[in-house]
Amino acid sequence: MRYRTLLKIGPVGFRIGSDWRAPIAALDDLYRDYPRPDSDIADFTVRLFAARWWRRFLRPSVMIGGDYTIPDAAPLPLSMGLLAAEMGMNLQMALGHRRYLLVHASAVERDGRALLMTGMSGAGKSTLAALLTARGWRLMGDEFALIDPETGLVHAFPRLISLKNRAIDEVHSALPGGRVGPMLADTPKGDLRHLVPDARAIEAMMRPATPALLLFPAFGHALAERPVGRAETFVRLTQASTNFVLLGESGFTALSHLVNSVPVRAIDYPDTPGAIALVDRLWETLA
Amino acid sequence: MTGRLVVESLRDPARCGAYSSDQWNALIAAARAEQLAGTLAYRLTGLTLPEPVAQIMEDARCSAENGRTLALWEAEAARRALAPLGVPVLLLKGTAFVAAGLKAGVGRAIGDLDILVPRGSLDAVEAALLDAGWEWVKPDPYDDAYYRQWMHELPPLIHRERDRMIDVHHTILPLTARITPDPAAMIADAGALNNGLYVPCPNDLLCHAAAHLFADGELAGGMRNLWDIHCLLEEFGTGELAERSRLHGLSAPVRRAVRLSHRLYGTDVPDAWRGRAVSDALFVHRLLARDGWGRVRPKWVEHVFYLRGHWLRMPPVMLARHLWTKWRKGYRPVG
Repeated sequence: MRYRTLLKIGPVGFRIGSDWRAPIAALDDLYRDYPRPDSDIADFTVRLFAARWWRRFLRPSVMIGGDYTIPDAAPLPLSMGLLAAEMGMNLQMALGHRRYLLVHASAVERDGRALLMTGMSGAGKSTLAALLTARGWRLMGDEFALIDPETGLVHAFPRLISLKNRAIDEVHSALPGGRVGPMLADTPKGDLRHLVPDARAIEAMMRPATPALLLFPAFGHALAERPVGRAETFVRLTQASTNFVLLGESGFTALSHLVNSVPVRAIDYPDTPGAIALVDRLWETLA
Repeated sequence: MTGRLVVESLRDPARCGAYSSDQWNALIAAARAEQLAGTLAYRLTGLTLPEPVAQIMEDARCSAENGRTLALWEAEAARRALAPLGVPVLLLKGTAFVAAGLKAGVGRAIGDLDILVPRGSLDAVEAALLDAGWEWVKPDPYDDAYYRQWMHELPPLIHRERDRMIDVHHTILPLTARITPDPAAMIADAGALNNGLYVPCPNDLLCHAAAHLFADGELAGGMRNLWDIHCLLEEFGTGELAERSRLHGLSAPVRRAVRLSHRLYGTDVPDAWRGRAVSDALFVHRLLARDGWGRVRPKWVEHVFYLRGHWLRMPPVMLARHLWTKWRKGYRPVG
């Protein structure tokens, strides 16, 4: 394709091609400290293209394609080309990745041990992970935790952190030096701004960690915590995993091992300071 | 054209040793787009490959192996649902290849479950599948009626729990096509598997693959279908293939399939099956139309074969009416 780039996030290499320069320029800028894929050979190809040739110029709209696609993915305006690229990469992971069990979760690490947070969109996974990095944690990822079926370790996938709506300002004030992408207003997910993971997250991205605590956060309720049984945890994680079925038996083994090896809590929180304090306490007592 | 790179890599895996990273990226994207990643991965087994490629190929083999398990399980689910009817159930295409342990099944991507049953038992088969948890996919009454009146299969059904599609055929080409194969002969000569299901005899598998590739449809995924044909020819040869294809009225598509398999994949076939037809060049063009980003290129060959596919499928007046109905509903060939 006319414009292209190669980059590596954690253990996964991507090749991204585009009919336009802008999305590639944005990726090259925000991912400038990331390595290229080993031997320049990518695990996945992402394509950002115009549905008809004239849509490159007239009301340009970006279709998302690649090795793995869903038939009815809606196009995005060119001003959201960066988001399209991120969605394209996520799509390859969700539909095509099978080396690790993917859990839709954010992950942060401390002393070689990982805290995983999973939940619906809007539960605050990304926000809490970003805020914890301001308190000394290493970010492993805000979208997917990669569980190795052979070792049970979690591998990092520190793509750009996508902050939405109110979280944008909140995280910015906690991490005033953080590098951010352009403000993307009125995306399908609301206002959205990407935050580049800090240098430590990028440097250590090939270093896995042992899962030590799993939380199901839910935003917007009075502060509360409750234990979650293994059966419920298992079922919720099968729903949070994009490739549990694809992996067959090894996915089942990996998930069973995870569920049997970490303490689990569901936490409700009305505001992030409350959540952070609760996370600190649970980490001290359980992990 | 990266299509040729895919074909050459399948044909002669040893040449992959010299590929650049650009070639690998192109090959992997094109092979995935052609549903040939698993097949390629098995062909490359044992070769020394760059580390990222070795890992990608290992993943593709795991994926294919898991796909094989799922396909066989789906066949078993259909067998259980249909066993009480006591009618012969033939597995077709990918599921048949893996169930019979054929070379064409090694690493093959398998999507839907395709089965063939006697036309007289269609109503009972449909009822039994609906009873066992399959549901209609096509909500559009025009599509549904069209399938029932003119197609060689029931409208597709999907299982509500396993989310897998089943295509129930009663013959192998649409009833509107000019060629009318003999499904009764396919059923009569099918081989029994030890679980009670059947697989068409090798020559019928070849006839069906050729019919599917050249007498129907738009040649999408043709590189993979031609690889099936190559594997079947390598495994079973061409003995009595001419007679069998004549019986089904499929001489021309089968001859083309053998010619192109020889031409692209180097299949070893007797001299009588080799040679060239002028129109082969256009088919080769379509089969190889895949670029290094996994896109169909050049675009025009796709449009040509889209029209050809419809032309083969129905008489002109009917075609005009069908395309008009589809156009009003907003359907356009994918861009």
